[in-house]
Amino acid sequence: MTSTLPENSAKREQDRPEWPDELTRVPYWVFQRQDVYREEQENLFRGPYWSYLCLEAEVPQPGDYRTTFVGDTPVIVSRDEDGELYGFENRCAHRGALLALDDRGSNAKDFTCVYHAWSYNLQGDLTGVAFKDGIKGQGGMPKYFCLEDHGPRKLRLAVLHGLVFGSFDEDVPDIEEYLGDEILSRIDRVLGGRTPVVLGRFTQLLPNNWKLYMENVKDSYHASILHLFFTTFGINRLGQRGGIIVSESGAHHVSYSAIDREAELDAGYSDQNIRSDSEYKLADPSLLDGFSEVGDDTTLQILSVFPGFVLQQIQNSVAVRQILPRGVESTRLNWTYLGFEEDTPEQRTVRLKQANLIGPAGYISMEDGCVGGFVQRGIAGAADEQAVLEMGGESAASSESRVTEASVRGFWKAYREGMHLRQENDK
Amino acid sequence: MNVTVDAFRLISRAQGEYARCIDDGRMEDWPGFFEEDCHYRITTAANHSEGLEAGVIWADNRRMLSDRVSALLEANIYEAHTYRHILGQPAILEESDEGARSETGFLVVRVMRDGSSDIFATGRYLDRYRFDGDRASLAERVVVCDSSTIDTLLALPL
Ligand code: FES
Ligand SMILES: [Fe+2]
Repeated sequence: MTSTLPENSAKREQDRPEWPDELTRVPYWVFQRQDVYREEQENLFRGPYWSYLCLEAEVPQPGDYRTTFVGDTPVIVSRDEDGELYGFENRCAHRGALLALDDRGSNAKDFTCVYHAWSYNLQGDLTGVAFKDGIKGQGGMPKYFCLEDHGPRKLRLAVLHGLVFGSFDEDVPDIEEYLGDEILSRIDRVLGGRTPVVLGRFTQLLPNNWKLYMENVKDSYHASILHLFFTTFGINRLGQRGGIIVSESGAHHVSYSAIDREAELDAGYSDQNIRSDSEYKLADPSLLDGFSEVGDDTTLQILSVFPGFVLQQIQNSVAVRQILPRGVESTRLNWTYLGFEEDTPEQRTVRLKQANLIGPAGYISMEDGCVGGFVQRGIAGAADEQAVLEMGGESAASSESRVTEASVRGFWKAYREGMHLRQENDK
Repeated sequence: MNVTVDAFRLISRAQGEYARCIDDGRMEDWPGFFEEDCHYRITTAANHSEGLEAGVIWADNRRMLSDRVSALLEANIYEAHTYRHILGQPAILEESDEGARSETGFLVVRVMRDGSSDIFATGRYLDRYRFDGDRASLAERVVVCDSSTIDTLLALPL
C-alpha cells in the first residue's frame, strides 16, 4: 500500500510514528522535529488560516507601515494613499533581501530595496528596476521582463475591531466565518466600539516550541495552580462562575470567569491541600482595585485564535499577544499592552498598575514563560511517549467547568486536521 | 543654588549598595533603597523613546515593591538564578542640596543553576535621588533596557 505513496512521503511515515487516534494523546515528537516545523510553516502559517499582524491603530495614516511576521515569514503591513491597508511579504522580488528593515515607519512613499534599488509601491507592486534599460544600450533587463509579473507574495487582509489579520491563502474563509459567532462576540465584547491605544510593547523569548505556549494559553486547568496569585486573590478560582468556549473546529477558544454575586467561600482549594491556598496578602491591595471593564461582571477573558493569537482581559489589563515560532525550540511572544482612547486618567493608571499581572515579569504570567521550557527539557529522549489530556473527558466541547483540557484538545483537533495528520474519528 | 553635598559620591555609594543587595539575593532589603512614594518601572528603549508609559514592572509606591519581593519569595515559580550587576559611573544631570537626577549604564549577567552565564540585560537607570544627610534614596528609577526582548522571564528586579 505504501508503494503508491511518493517516495519522500513513504519515508516520512517510516521514521515518524503515527499520530494517535484519540484527542487525549499528543506525541512528544510533535514538539521536537524539524520536519514538523517546516510543515507547520507551509500548512498552517502559509495555509488557509488567519494570522494576527498588528493593530490598525499602529498604521493610522497613509504612508505608515509596520513590519511583522506570519509564522517565520517576514511581512509588511502598509497604508496606501487610498487609505486602505495592504499586506505583502517583506522580501524583494529580485534576490530576496528584506524590503523594510525597521519595525515601523511613516510617510513612506514607496519601498526601495537597499541591495539594487528595485522599488515597490505601498501596495507591494514592483514599480521600478534600477538600470532596467541598461546604460547606453548596454546591459539592462531583457525586453520581455515585465514588472507586473514580479513582486513579493501578497496577503489577504481582514480587519476586525482594529485587529489586522492576514493570510497567504486566497481560499481562507472570511474572518467572520473563520471565527464563528461566539468568538466574534467575545472579541466584540472587549474591543467593540472603543479605540485601542498602545501603552507599551514587550517581547519574551521562550525556550520552547510555540505549540507549548498555545497549549498553555488554552489550559485553564493550570491557571490557578501554577499561578498562585490568581487563586489567592480570587481573580480566577476554578470554582468561580465562568466557563470555556471551544469553537466548532476546536481551533479557537475563550476562557472566562465572572464575579459571583452570591460570593461563595470556595472550599475547593483548601480541600485539595495544594500550594495555591495561602495566607499571602498584598501590602498594596490597590493593585487589584479595578473598574468594570465594559460594564459587565466578566473579570477575566482569555481568547485565542488559531494558530497564534491571543486577546486577553485580566481585570483591567488588556493586551494582545502574537506567538511566533522561531525554530523547533524557540518562540517569540510579542505583547502589546492596550488602553483605550475613552479611558479616564484614573482608568489609565489602573491599566498600568495591573500590567504587573502580565508580561515577562507578570505576577500571573511569568511562570508561563518558563513552564514551556520545563516541558521542552522534560520530553528530551521521550519522542515516542505521549502527553495525557484526559482532564474533563475526551471531547473538545464547550463547558461551564474550567477543570478541563477541552480547549487544549480543541487545539490538537484543529492542528492535526491542518497538518493532515489524522482527520477521521475526530470527536 | 548653593550645592554643598557631593552628589556623585552619595549616588555612587547608593548604587553600589543597590547592586550588591540584588546580586547577593537579599531581596527583602531591596525596597529599602526607595522612598515611600517612589516610582519604579522597567521598560525598553523603544517604549521610552515613543513615550509609552507601560512597564514590565510598574510601581508608584514602595509597598508595591515589597509586594514584588513577597510574591517572588512566596508565590512565583522560576528556576533559581542570580544576577551580577556591572554599573557604569553615574552621570549627574541635575543636582541640588535636596537631591539629584542621574543616568547610569548597567549590564546584568544572569547566572543559572546549570552553570550558564549570559548577558541578560543592558540599559540605563534614569534616576531621581533624594538626599537626607549622608544618604541618597530613590524617588524614581526608570530602568530602560536597550533590547525589547527579555529571555524567558524577569523575576528578580533590575
Ligand atoms: S535584492 Fe532587492 S534589488 Fe536586488
Ligand atoms: Fe498560565
